[in-house]
Amino acid sequence: MAFVEIENVRKVFRVGHAEIVALDEASLSFEEGAFVSLLGPSGCGKTTLLKIVSGLLDRTAGTVRVGGTEVTGPYSDYGFVFQQPALMPWRNVRDNVLFPMEILGRRDAEAERRAGELLALTGLASFAGVRPHQLSGGMQQRVSLCRALIHKPKLLLMDEPFGALDEFTRLEMNDLLLRIRDETKASVLFVTHSISEAIYLSDKVVVFSRRPARVKEEILISTDGPRSQEFRFTSQFTEAERRASEALGLLHGEEH
Amino acid sequence: MTGRILYPLAGVVILVAVWWGYCIAFNVQTAVLPTPDKVATAFVDRFDLLLSEGWVTLQETVLGFALALGIGLPLAVAIANSRRLNLMFYPLLVGLQSVPKVALAPIVLVWLGTGLESKLAIVWLVAFFPIIIDTAAGLKSTPRELVELARSLKASPWQLFYKVQFPAALPFVLTGAKVAITLAVIGAVIGEFMGSSAGLGYLLLSATSQLNTPLAFAALFALSFLGMAVYALVELVEVLLAPWLPPKGHGH
Repeated sequence: MAFVEIENVRKVFRVGHAEIVALDEASLSFEEGAFVSLLGPSGCGKTTLLKIVSGLLDRTAGTVRVGGTEVTGPYSDYGFVFQQPALMPWRNVRDNVLFPMEILGRRDAEAERRAGELLALTGLASFAGVRPHQLSGGMQQRVSLCRALIHKPKLLLMDEPFGALDEFTRLEMNDLLLRIRDETKASVLFVTHSISEAIYLSDKVVVFSRRPARVKEEILISTDGPRSQEFRFTSQFTEAERRASEALGLLHGEEH
Repeated sequence: MTGRILYPLAGVVILVAVWWGYCIAFNVQTAVLPTPDKVATAFVDRFDLLLSEGWVTLQETVLGFALALGIGLPLAVAIANSRRLNLMFYPLLVGLQSVPKVALAPIVLVWLGTGLESKLAIVWLVAFFPIIIDTAAGLKSTPRELVELARSLKASPWQLFYKVQFPAALPFVLTGAKVAITLAVIGAVIGEFMGSSAGLGYLLLSATSQLNTPLAFAALFALSFLGMAVYALVELVEVLLAPWLPPKGHGH
């Protein structure tokens, strides 16, 4: 059985008397340790699927299992990274990172030590006592990443986490994320609307069609050894980009 | 830095000079407008009286304000967390806010008499609305992501409230409190005008009825000092809470 199994998930929003099908028969599964991207145009239901996997949003139909257990609500064995850093302005960096441990009732010496490690890993060691507003957007998002990892979740759910960053910061964050994934061995479900970001990061890219969102195509990407920016200039990368663009209907002669 | 002190001081000096000059140039009678020195003399001579009457007004103000906080905060929490309560009471509150509270004072007096109770009720009436409305707005404006983060960790409603919603709403609560404390002084004076035998408002009224205008002015100054003092008290609380507040200029 796969680590995450999503079967025929359907989500219908009711707006007044109208029904909007946000997600139609979405299915996908992946093994523990995998990095999977959900790629699609804005408003295609990728975020809806992510929230359903997190248990924050209920589904209209279908099943979601994580680690063999059916998801019926939040289960705290995952870390969530939002599009915005969503830090608490009244807490310093360290206390923001430790927030989940407080809620889980496990803010102990071990948790403090892990917070220190994560901050060091993300290059924030010297900013532990600083308040979020004194940090740049990229640094804030790194704090948010540490916060998502503090309770050692098996699964990391990321909702366009680097969408608001500039290109250079985004590339840096991509490499940082890959490094952290190697260290923590967490599985990642990553929502993005950037084709190259999805390919650069993922073992599997799941391409969604426009509303109602369906899984259009799955692109498997395997490379030997850790990835570096060099990967972006290989024929394998270009080929994957082409397949994703075709699936999204961006190339002439396709899907029209 | 001296400019910060010097310029405001110069403003006061100019105002006093104009006031004084006007009194002398037009030979204004003391019963109409006393010269600043007469007001100052009255202030010093009757300082004990001002202090004892001021104490009454201060009690009415602070107790009424505390009552408004004590009732306003829990109600705001209830309204912000329950869609039903919100729909039932929020429009009502906004509507009631537009009722001129001064107009209610005579009715309150009929109900509660001329003692401390009626003053507290009037102060509560004027201070309650900014507190409950600002607090409810603050609680409702908690960033959605923070609420989802807490929910994803299975936070209890109490954890969600005291670790997320309340700190997020704190700047709004303080804004409401600052408006409320200013109004509370006004409420106390209105209460004393309507019917009372003590307080600075009462002293002001009785001094003018005896054409003792210097004393009335002294009472007026005492009232504004009192107003400034209680406002400064709220600001002090804000400074003490600063570690939990967003930095100035980066507020919500």
